[in-house]
Amino acid sequence: MAAKNKETAPDFRRLHQDLVTHILKGKGNSSELERQAAFNHSGLTGPLKTLIDKVANYSYKVTDDDIAAVKGSGIAEDQIFELVVCAAVGQASRQYTNALGALEEVVTNKKGGEHAS
Amino acid sequence: MRLEILNNGYTLWTKVLFAIIKAASRYPVPDAAKIVFYRPEFYGSPMKKLTHQAMRGPSQWSVGDREIMAAFVSKLNECTFCVKAHGAVAARAYGDRTKVDDVLADLGTAAMEAPLHATLVMIGKLTRQQSINADDVRGVMAAGASHQQIEDALAICFAFNTTNRLANAPSSDAFESGAKYLLKRGYQ
Repeated sequence: MAAKNKETAPDFRRLHQDLVTHILKGKGNSSELERQAAFNHSGLTGPLKTLIDKVANYSYKVTDDDIAAVKGSGIAEDQIFELVVCAAVGQASRQYTNALGALEEVVTNKKGGEHAS
Repeated sequence: MRLEILNNGYTLWTKVLFAIIKAASRYPVPDAAKIVFYRPEFYGSPMKKLTHQAMRGPSQWSVGDREIMAAFVSKLNECTFCVKAHGAVAARAYGDRTKVDDVLADLGTAAMEAPLHATLVMIGKLTRQQSINADDVRGVMAAGASHQQIEDALAICFAFNTTNRLANAPSSDAFESGAKYLLKRGYQ
């Protein structure tokens, strides 16, 4: 049985924005610049780049060695936690934003067509 | 867990909660669930609110439909634990295990309502290829899904594309973790 039909999208978009703000601007052990780089999946180097690439593109391939290599490069566990979260939310957010754009395009064209007729 | 902080870095209250869950269910809290309890002000609290809204908030999709979307996205992201967990919830919500098994085995041949099928195809493409276009959306609308249903499905897709990555990356295989636990601690 379907739950009561009520518009929820604005709520979800706000919750999504709230999550992004928390992870990028909230209190953390890594800098906002580092978190933004992990979120954007750009501007990273070395073992951290390897780890973030995997989290964004094929997270099931992350290994114990990938995490150990990042720790070995001097990045603390709490920073790794934050940057992995930023990478995951970043990749999913790019998908989400792209799809909302496609939906918006369809809805806008539909409305334009209705007005034209 | 590959990060020691995700094994031991919890507040006393959270440790008590984990112990209660373990006592009640006879299983340790799964790694995939643990991550939302670590420094919840950073990620877990806003993520739990968002996921609850997508999975249990008001929607034209039933809970079973939403859980099957979660299991399907998890399958594409190769998150074994999430597939089994959300597949089980979907089967319970539908009262139909076969429907869930069929979707997870082969979406192309699984029998279901056209709007749900088209929506699963769309979120599958988004998960695999990272993007969809206006024609993909038109296809779902032509199958009978509403604008709002599409938006709700995209919310689920976001939640599980995030959750799957965070279940996979910091944790060794969930079943390996379970096996290790049972070998070390037994069944008491």
